[in-house]
Amino acid sequence: MAELYQTQRAMRNMRRAALQRGVIGILDIGTSKIACLVLRFDGTGTFRETDGVGPMAGQVNFRVIGAASTRSRGMRRGQIETMAETERAIRTVVAAAQKLAGVRIDHVIACLSGGSPSSYGLAGEITLEAGKVAEHDVASVMAACEVPDFGRGREVLHAQPVNFAVDNRSSLADPRDHVGNKLFCDMHVLTVDGDVMGNLVQCIRRCDLELAGIASAPYASARASLVEDEQELGAACIDFGGGGTGVSIFIKKHMIFSDHVPIGGNLITQDIAQGLRVPLPVAERLKTLDGGVEATGADDREMIDVGGNTGDWETDRRTVSRADVIGVMRPRVEEILENVRGVLDAAGFDYMPSQQIVLTGGGSQIPGLDGLATRILGPNVRCGRPLRIDGLAHELTDPSFSSAVGLALFAAHPQDEWWDFEMPADNYPGRSFRRAYRWFKNNW
Amino acid sequence: MPVVIDHRPGKQGTHEPARQRRDPAPSRLKYRLERMWLTPLYRRMVRVGVPAFLIAMVAGLWLADEDRRALLKGGIASVVDKIQSREEFQVRTMTIEGASPVVERALRAMLPVDLPASSFDIDLPALRIQVMQLDAVESIDLRVKPGGILSAVVKEREPAILWRRARGIEILDRGGHRVASVTSREVRPELPLISGEGADMMTAEALNLFDAAGPILPRVRGLVRRGERRWDLVLDQGQRIMLPEHGAVIALEAAIALDRAEDLLARDVTTVDLRDPQRPVLRLGMDARNTIRGARGLTLLGPDGKPLEEETKS
Repeated sequence: MAELYQTQRAMRNMRRAALQRGVIGILDIGTSKIACLVLRFDGTGTFRETDGVGPMAGQVNFRVIGAASTRSRGMRRGQIETMAETERAIRTVVAAAQKLAGVRIDHVIACLSGGSPSSYGLAGEITLEAGKVAEHDVASVMAACEVPDFGRGREVLHAQPVNFAVDNRSSLADPRDHVGNKLFCDMHVLTVDGDVMGNLVQCIRRCDLELAGIASAPYASARASLVEDEQELGAACIDFGGGGTGVSIFIKKHMIFSDHVPIGGNLITQDIAQGLRVPLPVAERLKTLDGGVEATGADDREMIDVGGNTGDWETDRRTVSRADVIGVMRPRVEEILENVRGVLDAAGFDYMPSQQIVLTGGGSQIPGLDGLATRILGPNVRCGRPLRIDGLAHELTDPSFSSAVGLALFAAHPQDEWWDFEMPADNYPGRSFRRAYRWFKNNW
Repeated sequence: MPVVIDHRPGKQGTHEPARQRRDPAPSRLKYRLERMWLTPLYRRMVRVGVPAFLIAMVAGLWLADEDRRALLKGGIASVVDKIQSREEFQVRTMTIEGASPVVERALRAMLPVDLPASSFDIDLPALRIQVMQLDAVESIDLRVKPGGILSAVVKEREPAILWRRARGIEILDRGGHRVASVTSREVRPELPLISGEGADMMTAEALNLFDAAGPILPRVRGLVRRGERRWDLVLDQGQRIMLPEHGAVIALEAAIALDRAEDLLARDVTTVDLRDPQRPVLRLGMDARNTIRGARGLTLLGPDGKPLEEETKS
């Protein structure tokens, strides 16, 4: 854990340095597209009331000065499959965004959607010797959390303290200076496959960029698409991506659960290509332009040319009705939603006080998806768009960019993580001088 | 898909040539160069530093040769000379207005160049300062007029008063500035005369005093500045009127009124002392005092002011 502490501290320092310099890049590497935003932190804090961008969530202190997105390459199921291809895609999008912004970016914050994330709820408790919660007690209660065996090669991506309790007073956001005998802490830890994360880091390094932070994609898209009271009262954000569907549950402004369903939009495209015997680009076009999940009578009569250049006239002149497309898509979408239902059930979403479900990501733009989701997931479903941030072009505000926007918010206002607190003194074996200093400070 | 499909043999597939899709990703070298170009320091260096260095280096190398430097200098000088000696800039004549012949001659002598000359060679401010050093000139307006005329409008100082001092007699204007020197008083008999150290500083007051001395002006010899403080009005027959430091004109008018009423100055009075205006004092002449002493039965006074011996009297 000490090593993780060091690497995360190093990333945090790099992010601070980038904020000091004023320019930071956001790199959202997804399975179907890669987006790059260039943020400038001008630090004036001047609030510009331009096209509906409010002062909420504190996004006034940065603006987007360059944004680009390109088709993703070499990615499958949210993971890097061909490193060189992904590196080229990153170079493409970074070069385009830099050109638009006119500045060079050195530090990027990236997100990781795949890597089979698994989340753990940890609990820890310590006895307060001073009868009062001091600064270092917060760190030691987090260090006292019982850490289960994450498995081989797992890396901690997020470790956020969710709740503190002193004696019988629970749900404290900041327990410092509370008087009591015992301090309890609940922590949410998200682990991912270390090799997947290492591949991503390696890819970004090879583009001459420094990684200043890494976040989970479902977490980032929930930060962008859940409004503040949904985050406070409890909501689930479902991010329909190309390679997988991310699920994250928020309550009291903290993520308490996150999981990943490895079925995404690319599989729907593949189904259409197989079911209608069309090439993948045509299937993708059919899905995005004519897709849907609810067939009506009019859809039977609406015939779509699928085309083709096989040379066989009969095959090239084929048409399919829109109902056929819908008939292929719907079972797969239902399967995704049922898997999501399973994930939510496993997380105990039914026992949450508020059961708001927000659909976001590129897949949430399928017409009629919210009706189908209402039938499967629960009554309170809405389609979420990311928060409006300053300077972002209008075509980049659709739901598929919610994780990029969420990463921007994450860059501006990161939530407390375990490594943001001072490491407890007894974990520094060699630094007895500092321990002695702290002992004097605490006892005199 | 095209609207019309050509089904002729050998024509199929040619209308859609298989385009080689170019990789949109920049190569690693191009990516690095772009990033380098976006670095502010590098960008400034390439845009400003390198051109400036190249220009400086080329100029330096070209000028390193002595002959080229001389050539460049000579070229610039000849161009400047050619422009300055154009017909439009030539000054042919000099006109002088309002100057006496002496001043005019001096002015012509002061012109540093021989006419005709280029107007670039005549430094008008320097010439003006030089001319202003002539005492006789109060102001001068020098300008080059179209047609190649150097026009000088001179205003000379007007002689107002004569000042006798140890070095000789000088003519002053109303402001006390020297105009010229004269060898004797008779050269300018119409001008009043003053003398004494610091008299030139107070010429205005002196002129006012001469105006106020109207009725006795024929008898006035001149004014004497005493101790750079006050005036003495000297009349003929050795009489003098000592005027106070302040209100000298009023005191002089009072003396003239006294003279009118009592015929004061016609009597044997050597000095009318008005230094204290409240208490005028008269100093009598020797004859008057002896007359008074004789009437009182006192011993008479000699020409040295001492009482004569009894024997000489008797």
